[in-house]
Amino acid sequence: MRLLNYVIIGNSAAAVGGIEGLRSVDKEGKITVISDEPYHTYSRPLISYWLEGKVKDSNIYYRDKDFYDKNKCETIFGRTVVSIDKNAKQVILDDNTSVSYDRLLVSTGSEPFIPSISGLESVSQKYSFMTFDSAKEVKAALKKPQRVLIMGAGLIGLKAAEAIADKVSSLTIVDLADRILPSILTADAARIVQKHIEAHGAKFILSQSVKEFRGNTAVLSGGDTVDFDILITAVGVRPNTELISDAGGKVARGIVTNKAQMTSIKNVYAAGDCTVSHDVSSGSDKILALLPNAYKQGEVAGINMAGGKAVYENAIPMNAIGFFGLHMITAGSYEGKTHIKKSGSQYKCIYYSDDVLKGYILIGDVSNAGIYTNMIRERIPLKTVDKKLMFESPRLMAMPFAYRREKLGGIKQ
Amino acid sequence: MPINYIYPKYDVVRDSTRCIKCGACMRQCANEVHSYDDELDVMKSDSMDCVDCQRCVSICPTRALKIIPAENRLRPNGSWSQDDIYEIYRQAEGGGVLLSSMGTPKNYPIYWDKMLINASQVTNPSIDPLREPMETRVFLGKKPGKLEFDRKGKITTKLGPHLELNVPIMFSAMSYGSISKNAHESLARAAEELGTYYNTGEGGLHKDFYKYGKNTIVQVASGRFGVHEEYLNAGSAIEIKMGQGAKPGIGGHLPGAKIREEVSRTRMIPMGADAISPAPHHDIYSIEDLRQLVFSLKEATNYTKPVIVKIAAVHNVAAIASGIARSGADIIAIDGFRGGTGAAPTRTRDNVGIPIELALASVDQRLRDEGIRNDVSIVVGGSIRNSADIVKAVALGADAVYIASAALMALGCHQCHSCHLGKCNWGIATQRPDLVKRLNPEVGYKRLVNLVNAWNYEIKEILGGMGINSIEALKGNRLMLRGVGLADKELEILGIKHAGE
Amino acid sequence: MKRVYVNEEWCLGCHLCEYYCAFQNSGESDMVKAFGRDEKPVSRIRVEDVDGEDGIHFAVSCRHCDDPQCVKGCITGALSIKDGVISVNEDKCIGCCTCVLSCPYGAIVIDEGKAIKKCDLCVKNGNGEPACVANCPNRAIVFEERG
Repeated sequence: MRLLNYVIIGNSAAAVGGIEGLRSVDKEGKITVISDEPYHTYSRPLISYWLEGKVKDSNIYYRDKDFYDKNKCETIFGRTVVSIDKNAKQVILDDNTSVSYDRLLVSTGSEPFIPSISGLESVSQKYSFMTFDSAKEVKAALKKPQRVLIMGAGLIGLKAAEAIADKVSSLTIVDLADRILPSILTADAARIVQKHIEAHGAKFILSQSVKEFRGNTAVLSGGDTVDFDILITAVGVRPNTELISDAGGKVARGIVTNKAQMTSIKNVYAAGDCTVSHDVSSGSDKILALLPNAYKQGEVAGINMAGGKAVYENAIPMNAIGFFGLHMITAGSYEGKTHIKKSGSQYKCIYYSDDVLKGYILIGDVSNAGIYTNMIRERIPLKTVDKKLMFESPRLMAMPFAYRREKLGGIKQ
Repeated sequence: MPINYIYPKYDVVRDSTRCIKCGACMRQCANEVHSYDDELDVMKSDSMDCVDCQRCVSICPTRALKIIPAENRLRPNGSWSQDDIYEIYRQAEGGGVLLSSMGTPKNYPIYWDKMLINASQVTNPSIDPLREPMETRVFLGKKPGKLEFDRKGKITTKLGPHLELNVPIMFSAMSYGSISKNAHESLARAAEELGTYYNTGEGGLHKDFYKYGKNTIVQVASGRFGVHEEYLNAGSAIEIKMGQGAKPGIGGHLPGAKIREEVSRTRMIPMGADAISPAPHHDIYSIEDLRQLVFSLKEATNYTKPVIVKIAAVHNVAAIASGIARSGADIIAIDGFRGGTGAAPTRTRDNVGIPIELALASVDQRLRDEGIRNDVSIVVGGSIRNSADIVKAVALGADAVYIASAALMALGCHQCHSCHLGKCNWGIATQRPDLVKRLNPEVGYKRLVNLVNAWNYEIKEILGGMGINSIEALKGNRLMLRGVGLADKELEILGIKHAGE
Repeated sequence: MKRVYVNEEWCLGCHLCEYYCAFQNSGESDMVKAFGRDEKPVSRIRVEDVDGEDGIHFAVSCRHCDDPQCVKGCITGALSIKDGVISVNEDKCIGCCTCVLSCPYGAIVIDEGKAIKKCDLCVKNGNGEPACVANCPNRAIVFEERG
């Protein structure tokens, strides 16, 4: 049998998932990984830890040094794929060369969204915070303490803030939303985290946007101004979908795939932050730009590309993150009834309907949170668990005896 | 009132340099001796309620605990021991009968330790049980005086029902109620694996254990608890309990607290109410009456099961045994005064009955003298401590032995003598679910099997040493025993010579 | 594959498995010393309790899932599965708790400010039998093949 030619565009979690998925089925086919970045696969969420100095250079890599060799991958780094020729089954690179494929995985991720604000071009030092290169740029710019303005109080903006907090002379974070981390926290929860971050020297300006830049001064929508030396923009991301849409593939907010991660173009698969997932906790389709999600989609794509069978399902939004030692874990969708418990910097909010757990926010003590995550993902009927115990804290004690017998005792009914 | 202050008998000593405050002692003590003070961050122990069961000592991962006799003592007095005086205080306060459990701890002579076993030298070769066959199988039941054959040489003598034991050891009666379900399951499974028998005691047979019937002896006692036709037919033999070595002449008393749902159903008595077994069987006032019960039971089981009559070793035990042998019983079980109990009045336990060694010797001799020894098998129990005791018992005339205290020790019993409190920390003499689960029968039965197999192997070694290759050949062979430090009268009763003779 | 299984009906809630686990992974040869330090060693197994006469107790440790959510979701690549055993590279782990978020059993232990801790069946520190199994007083935790 002729060996298949697999081509993977991108080199992050979804691509690695793709490689490992492929190799779990097809040990011999040819795999070519193409990335515009010149690096061995690295973990994007680690760039803030690297910048902070908590992760050494050698540990930013997502897989061991011999990863491509062990998985028999060829790599083309520092080249960008400019188009897909689906009829010729080729991808065209920015140097006009082409690479043929039998199966193609598009795991192009997303890129920072840069808002059009008048005067932005007049800012001398402005950075985004998505790639190893961008983190290196910020590090170089902060050789001596400077005033930093971060646009965006989301996950990326705040991780950047944490990373540089002790390297700056001042740190201001501005966001149009009325609270920090609006994508994962409610107003109540956000207040706790905000207070904690403020205690480490960051200043928040919320419910305001930057109207205009005048050199190194930002004019806010409320009229105030903020002087700064360095600007970091982290107001959002945009999925990289053009390769698929240009080739005539179906794209909604992200690339649309079936449960096997195949796009509407034959032999072309997609995975990761550039795709749309089905969130089972809310029942809606959305982009779930999360590393675990990307890896698992990539793995499913890889298995299917190699002729195996796998489906990606039971996806939900979920996040484990922390700032200055304060953990928080959130998952699912925030709808239905709530059970809230709050004391100091400890916070818990559980969202549930009559039937199932819908979502949760845990701040501080996040032990065993996965028990909640599993209940949401597997839609475990609430009537089968001891609700009171379960709401008190995530624990298997609240699950039925038969469940424990099977999961812990290995005895199936 | 201070006059009644009774200082704890033991001191729980915690080595704070070794204690890691894991709290295992606290979680494992049903008497709530140990506690954790989170304000001071120390583990504390209050010896007041300690029964010296050694559970905490055994489970402590750093050997930080020990239990020692309390140093405080009453003014020493040769006539009045501290125990004597404290017992008076207790009774003066409470006005009741003192209760105890397990066998008497008093220092009565142990005749097993005054008898020594023979071995072969030069003139009769010893046998190596690893290289040559060695039989420890025993059959219990009536043996015919002679065999009859038809013209073709086939045996025509009808043999009555028998018990077949792979080892000369059975587990003696302990009721479900006095001990836990898990203890019972351990005994039942061990009996099955060993090819011997355990005994239900007078607590009836739990539905879950009918499957072990082939290895079960069902007991009928004065309270008749849990006795019905199905029960009688469930086991391989029926034992009529006339008496118990630890408390001859009195009945039984299972406190209501131990009678929870399953015990209640098994015993066929109400939950929570004390279960009183009368001192006598109210339908037995003579050997003739006993005979009626023996045959009622045989009738109920279609003459398929041997009937055992169990008595306590008392003064005129030989005459009583003779009567039992004539009552139609197949096996006589004799229980010595050192035997255990789940609860007994202390005075009875410590003062009533006679040593099993003397009782056995005199019963065996009497039945032989009367020519009825083959009509019954003799099983003895009540303080059999090891394989040497068994060899000596067989040489004195026993067919097999019953063990119970030793079996409980294999299951974890540390002889704290507190069974009657119902809070056994080892999960044996309790019905509290959290304590019962401490005895995993999977662990328990294997320990019992190990113990009995070890003993059986030792028996084979000692038999081999005597040049005997079958335990049957040792039975009643008193020449294999010699006494040490015994008076003439004792030697006469035991039917043995003194060492050196 | 041999795994650690929990027989809930025999668990006494003595918590000794937690202490033996922590000790085994402490690198000390003396338990008293291991727990004598200011920084207490961390257990990879945890016991859930409902106390009382009809109490329920059971131990929870990593199930070493065939489809491990923790490994697949790990953002650093610190968690990996080899010969069926899931272990953490403590040098790589940053303690982000994504695995805590993912584990359906609550079998990942947070060690504040450090790498997460999880059961690796004592393959690194043990001698064949996990410490929790070897020291369970009632065989409530066993190491065996089950269907």
